[in-house]
Amino acid sequence: MWSRFLPLWESGFFIQRSGKDDGLVKGPLAVVGRYLPVIGLVVALLAVWEAAVRHFAVPKYVLPAPSAIAAALHGALPVLLKVHTPVTLAEAGLGLLMALIAGIASGTVVHSSAWARRTLYPLLVVSQTVPVIVLAPLLVIWFGYGMLPKLLVVTIACFFPIAVAVVDGLDGAHRGMLKLLRSMGASGWQQFVMVKVPAAMGSLFTGLRVAATYAVMAAVIAEWIGGDAGLGVYIVRSANSFRTEQVFAGIVLVTVYSIAMFLLVGLVRRWVLPWEAHLRAAGEAVKSIPVSSAKSQERSR
Amino acid sequence: MPKLLVENLSKSYVQEGQRLPVLDGISFAVEPGAFVAIVGPSGCGKSTLMEIICGLEPADAGTVAVDGKPVTGPGHVAYMPQEDLLFPWRRLIDNLIVPLQLKGVPRHAARQEAHRWLPFFGLDGFADAYPSQLSGGMRQRAALLRTFLTEREIIALDEPFGALDAHTRRRMQVWLADVHRQMRRTVLLITHDVDEALVLADRVVVLGPRPARVVYEADIDLPRPRDILSPAFAAYKGAVLAHLGNGEEDPSAPAVAGPPPGAMAGGRRGH
Ligand SMILES: Nc1ncnc2c1ncn2[C@@H]1O[C@H](COP(=O)(O)OP(=O)(O)OP(=O)(O)O)[C@@H](O)[C@H]1O
Ligand SMILES: [Mg+2]
Repeated sequence: MWSRFLPLWESGFFIQRSGKDDGLVKGPLAVVGRYLPVIGLVVALLAVWEAAVRHFAVPKYVLPAPSAIAAALHGALPVLLKVHTPVTLAEAGLGLLMALIAGIASGTVVHSSAWARRTLYPLLVVSQTVPVIVLAPLLVIWFGYGMLPKLLVVTIACFFPIAVAVVDGLDGAHRGMLKLLRSMGASGWQQFVMVKVPAAMGSLFTGLRVAATYAVMAAVIAEWIGGDAGLGVYIVRSANSFRTEQVFAGIVLVTVYSIAMFLLVGLVRRWVLPWEAHLRAAGEAVKSIPVSSAKSQERSR
Repeated sequence: MPKLLVENLSKSYVQEGQRLPVLDGISFAVEPGAFVAIVGPSGCGKSTLMEIICGLEPADAGTVAVDGKPVTGPGHVAYMPQEDLLFPWRRLIDNLIVPLQLKGVPRHAARQEAHRWLPFFGLDGFADAYPSQLSGGMRQRAALLRTFLTEREIIALDEPFGALDAHTRRRMQVWLADVHRQMRRTVLLITHDVDEALVLADRVVVLGPRPARVVYEADIDLPRPRDILSPAFAAYKGAVLAHLGNGEEDPSAPAVAGPPPGAMAGGRRGH
């Protein structure tokens, strides 16, 4: 099952694979070098955008030039950082934490109970088809304009990828390892703690990473419905007064925070799962599933 | 009383409505402290037999008894499966202490106990390495040490050296013979390498093709260390091969005993 980590790590944001055995190349220079093409592309797009807006004299309230957005961002930054950011990040962070707890709990239940797998699991899937944006007004009706409905929106948006990742991860524990533990006289609980939980950690972090990128966005959407502060409130207010450059300034911050959440999850993963780096470095991910065990496992992914 | 008594074991798997008979009335006995090798063609049911002996799979018919008591569940036999199955998320030392932890030994004491054995198993200095940092030979030795730390009187090894190259395998065989001699536990070894069986075992049990039956049994009455080139050895080998049928012996096994000078295994992976 470890092979499934490989693509994740290949896509890992700040770990670079070198041809050498140590596998990891870190340091600012390597990172800059790696992202040079992306940075170049972004700069080029911004330049085209700026030139087009100026050339066609597009009104600012329709599409502001990047320079106007930058100016707006610069001007509003103190308010954005002091007033709106803390509210939104608190909602996103706490909501993500709640989603993590709910996702782990329900994923574990679905994994452990055949009955829950037949009943709860389909319900969870169906619940995901209800768009968060539709739920938000309902939650406001029920819970008012405070923080709670926003937390719930974030939780609902982030919970599903985590729950699925937990079910997948626990299901994917190596049967041979479980059998080995049984041969040593391990109880079901000991098998769960010693093999299933560690085996599921990689998958959990993958789900968490997806969830983390939703969190800030979900908080912003929840804020659109109403509230005193938050990036969503700021964006809606700016839109209502046709301050389009401020809308974009808000969007820039939302993006920055989403990326930060994504990176943070990656950092925590490296800290919590140090063995993954070694697994990758040794290029052993595939080898650790001997062919002879293939018959005793049916992996579905 | 034999340490392990296998009587009339039969087992079939049912897959997609098809009944696949795997074991057909297998009986043999293992005396205390004996080293018994089971050889048989690939896919004949050796691992299935081992799992039943270890109490991991139920048999359709027949009994397994340890010290005269019938086995109804796992926990009686130290089992080394065909793959090393080291947990990639645990460092070597923490992989080794799994059986001790399961018995309730505190982590610190368990680590100390495991540490004592590292030099003997050729793993000195690698306590803190992750399994992915070890060579294939080291991982198999680690799995073997973990099996020994399970501290059961019977040790069941399912092709423990199957994944190794011929030279490493020879070294590990010599070393397993040493371990058996010094630790005096009852060993059950599955292999499809006839030389391996004859070099190591007091007694060889030959299984036929699936559904497996015992087709031949012999006490190997040769002095140790065994001379793979001696006529007596060749005679045993001829008898075993004759009962195994054609083409089941590992053709890659070298005809010369002992590793050539400089054939070191177990070094750190990498180039
Ligand atoms: N859990 C199972 N369900 C169904 N069939 C199985 C199961 N385990 C093993 N078999 C089948 O039983 C037969 C014997 O398998 P087993 O693994 O015991 O053979 P083996 O002698 O150990 O083979 P090898 O030499 O490859 O290790 C094979 O045909 C295999 O496909
Ligand atoms: Mg087998």
